[in-house]
Amino acid sequence: MAEKGIYTKRSDGRKMDELRPIRAEVGVVPNGVGSALFAHGDTVAIAVVYGPKPLHPQHLQKPDRGIIRANYNMLPFSVTERARPGPSRRSKEISMITENALSAVVDLTRFPGTVIDVEILILQANASTRCAGINAGAMALAHAGIVMKEMVASVSTGKMDKTLVVDLNKYEDSDFHDGEGSTDLPFTLTSRGDMITHLQLDGKTRPKEVLELYEMAKKACKKINEYQMRALKGEKIDENQSKK
Amino acid sequence: MDKEEKNTQDTKVEKTDVKKDSEASETDNKSKKERKLVIPGETIVSAEDHLPGDFTRNENGEIVASRYGLAETNGRVVKVIPISGVFEPRRGNTVIGRVVDINFSGWSIEIGGPYTAFLPLMECPRFIDRNNLQEFADIGDVLSLKTYGVKKGSIDLTLKSRGLGKLNGGRLIKINPHKVPRVIGKEGSMINLIKDNSKTEITVGQNGYVWIKGDDAGEQKAEAAIKLIEEEAANDGLTGKVEKFLGVKN
Repeated sequence: MAEKGIYTKRSDGRKMDELRPIRAEVGVVPNGVGSALFAHGDTVAIAVVYGPKPLHPQHLQKPDRGIIRANYNMLPFSVTERARPGPSRRSKEISMITENALSAVVDLTRFPGTVIDVEILILQANASTRCAGINAGAMALAHAGIVMKEMVASVSTGKMDKTLVVDLNKYEDSDFHDGEGSTDLPFTLTSRGDMITHLQLDGKTRPKEVLELYEMAKKACKKINEYQMRALKGEKIDENQSKK
Repeated sequence: MDKEEKNTQDTKVEKTDVKKDSEASETDNKSKKERKLVIPGETIVSAEDHLPGDFTRNENGEIVASRYGLAETNGRVVKVIPISGVFEPRRGNTVIGRVVDINFSGWSIEIGGPYTAFLPLMECPRFIDRNNLQEFADIGDVLSLKTYGVKKGSIDLTLKSRGLGKLNGGRLIKINPHKVPRVIGKEGSMINLIKDNSKTEITVGQNGYVWIKGDDAGEQKAEAAIKLIEEEAANDGLTGKVEKFLGVKN
């Protein structure tokens, strides 16, 4: 944030390190063992956890531990141009990084040869859907009584020209092309140790800026973790003020 | 004769459950004030004068929760009592299960836990034709059973205990297994209340499967009452609410 760029004001009037209004809730899908909803502004994700349960086909079973199987999907109406349902290159990638981001904190040794299914659906997309999905997924896992070391929280950070920002929206993520253009760098951090369980980079950035973004992500994840905690304790959080 | 058998079977299953429950409710009363909802990774207390119990750990001088549930301090030991999650079978649990597969040596039975359980032919108390196992229990049939061996990755069941056997007719519903003690109530008070007022037979498995049999209206009433208990399990005045729902006059 030290350097002056041409991106001096955010498209939705937020401060550079401000999150969008959060919505968070658990128990949205009573059929699941655990479930949660998490929204960053207009990006809404729900996650449902089933299991641990027997895993088939058998060759996927691990004799020493269970596995997590995440399944990320965008609903057809979540974006303006209909998203074709079913797995795609992109959704498979996000499912995989979600699996890795969540597996890091879950005790999988308790039930060897089983699977914990985490189904993530994006109801509405406005960038940072993978982060909303991971946040909802972590809450759903906790809600399902899965033994976990700690929680994880995920946030996208990025660079608009030379300005560092947190929690990108659609415009910032893909429609901003001025100056140095936009860079998207989502982080997933653990709640106690600020350990990174997921990190991606889409665009260009300098090593020094990555460290700065990590600091910003730490602060943002602390806040997100607080929302997750409050929601798990029974609160229905909805900060969605009119922002139309 | 069939009816008679069903009745004794029913009460028997109840009794085994009741014993567990009265133990649980005793600890309930002792430390009600100490309970606090915690989430994984949350610090419960300092480890200076506390020790980590179930689902907690000592991390850098702090007692930290590893599971979503109610933190309870019992003397110096802090533990987390789970309030959600799939059924985790222990030896001696009375459960209700559904047959999913049959092979030459017994039945595979789904009991809602992380693993499919197995009922060996030898653990069935009456004579069964080795070549015709489905005559006794076919795929899809519901049985009340007891877990007698729980090892990592395999659960063995038995029918060799009083009150266990096949459940014919009626309906099977599923509730959160952690709420089963509330459905049974102290010494079976809650479940008897429902039984008496809906004129049904009810068997509650520790795995959260509940089998109800009676006339249609009674079954519906009992099911709704059990769902009500599941929803309100954490709140005070549960018996009063259920009585009101069932229309009991004092």
